[in-house]
Amino acid sequence: MTRKRALHWIAVHTTAVAAALFFTLPFVFVLLTSVMSDEQAMSGELWPQEWHWSNYAEVFRTPGFLDWWRNSLLYAGLGTLFTVCSSLPVAYALAKFRFRGRRPVMLLVVSTMMLPPQVVIVPMYLVWAQQLHLSGTLWPLIVPLAFGDAYSIFLLRQFLLTLPSSCLEAARLDGCGELRTLLHIVVPMARPGIAAVALFQFFFCWNDYFGPQIYAAQNPGAWTLSYGLESFKSAHGVNWNLTMAATLLVMAPVVLVFFFAQKAFVEGVTLTGVKG
Amino acid sequence: MAPLPAAPELRRRHLRERLRTLGFLSPWLVGFTVFFGYPLLATVYFSFMHYNQIQAPTFVGLRNWTYVLRQMPLFGPALWNTLWLVVVTVTLRVAFGLGIGLLVTKVKTGAGFFRTAFYLPYLAPPVAATVAFVFLLNPGTGPVNEILSAVGVPAPNWWGDPAWAKPSLVLLSLWGVGDLMVIFMAALLDVPKEQYEAAELDGAGRLATFRYVTWPAITPIVMFAVVTGVVQTMQYYTQALVAGKLASGVSIGPGSVVQPGYPDHSTLTVPQLVYSLGFQNFNTGAACALSLVLFALAMTVTSLLMRRRAGLLTAED
Repeated sequence: MTRKRALHWIAVHTTAVAAALFFTLPFVFVLLTSVMSDEQAMSGELWPQEWHWSNYAEVFRTPGFLDWWRNSLLYAGLGTLFTVCSSLPVAYALAKFRFRGRRPVMLLVVSTMMLPPQVVIVPMYLVWAQQLHLSGTLWPLIVPLAFGDAYSIFLLRQFLLTLPSSCLEAARLDGCGELRTLLHIVVPMARPGIAAVALFQFFFCWNDYFGPQIYAAQNPGAWTLSYGLESFKSAHGVNWNLTMAATLLVMAPVVLVFFFAQKAFVEGVTLTGVKG
Repeated sequence: MAPLPAAPELRRRHLRERLRTLGFLSPWLVGFTVFFGYPLLATVYFSFMHYNQIQAPTFVGLRNWTYVLRQMPLFGPALWNTLWLVVVTVTLRVAFGLGIGLLVTKVKTGAGFFRTAFYLPYLAPPVAATVAFVFLLNPGTGPVNEILSAVGVPAPNWWGDPAWAKPSLVLLSLWGVGDLMVIFMAALLDVPKEQYEAAELDGAGRLATFRYVTWPAITPIVMFAVVTGVVQTMQYYTQALVAGKLASGVSIGPGSVVQPGYPDHSTLTVPQLVYSLGFQNFNTGAACALSLVLFALAMTVTSLLMRRRAGLLTAED
């Protein structure tokens, strides 16, 4: 029995190590290449002869790189703020109010959540570009987030459903209006759900490539990191070392945020799948 | 006994509740109308128009539709690639995610490390992950092919070979399987312990235990993973576009018209074709017709999956 246990332990952990290599080696190779000299990066060697950490400084000196950072932070920061503020009341109404038409509204929210963004992009672009003259900026991506985001509404509602209605009833009996109930009772209780939704939205904006490509392509001053990274490769041709350094710099904030907010994250991922 | 509220007062309270609900829903009502309803109608309108975004649109009847569905040479490959990716990516991702999720629940030593290591790639921004994989798999200097040739395995030309480009994208999507791992891990830990004990008492082996205890308990989550996977893969865009552009080696500046799908249209998906028609060829009518095809596809899949009650709506709804 113990022998069988030991064999099982070895089998499980060997598989785990193999899987860990598959998941982590890409990061390791990217890191190693990012500190190689220009010549070595073209050679196909795996280990750097000298560690050129200055490659990272070089990336930051690339014209526009700092602007891309600023734009990414603006898009992700404002976008997240707008999304949470506009989606929370909608999710609250869908979770806790009884009204006619709740089911169709829920169905519409879930349907729009599932639709590819390309479906309505052409006329949407024409409005922003020809009527509002805002192409070349990120505003066409940020402004709509102030009017609710289907995915966030859905996730918040799933979370709010788990809150006991008795607390809300008590607040209502105390003469608390719905808006005050939402702000003073629901928001504090729903903090984990709100944090998860905020994280998801931040990452969505940070990672977004399609949006900036449609609206900001013609104005490099409005590019985000996700969009600029691809042109970085094109501009630096075969300099894989600099491209890999830039790649890591684009990944870094997301990974850092993850380590600081791991709990909210796992909460959010399970929220999407397990509850409901 | 308290007097019942008079009828007008009741009606007034109903009205107040109606207004309150409308108020709370208003951000979404406005957003849905302005950023979804209007552009959807406009897409239908433009699909019957010839419009190059400079001259005024002119009515052309069904010409855009026959062009997209019958004449456009790239529609077939784009549809085939999208469906190929949906079937292969979703199947492999769900299977692999379940495997990794199982593995993580079995690991006793270093569980925290393994969980984080398996999850991290999912967080890598798609563009960054794609750039990294274009480098890792590039035939000239990529470490993967260096290692493969060192151990004597014939190294494929990955992104440069029409037969290998889609499998390369699948590999990239398997690297980022962390989302499914977490979902499956949570589901597996939720299976009641007593059921495993009962199975053990009955002398069930590992496979029988999985088949008769674990699998029934996690089927709803597997369904959910399939549904969201299908929905996501129908939108597959960024990774395919970036990989194709970078692998083609053409230097890209703003306003350039590198057609997506390198090599040989093997990575062209329907969303990329919409982009290409509308924003590179300025053929608004055809782009809108194709958008509606994509819309119909997505709606069909969605409604099929909704009927299956994939856990997105509660019984109450």
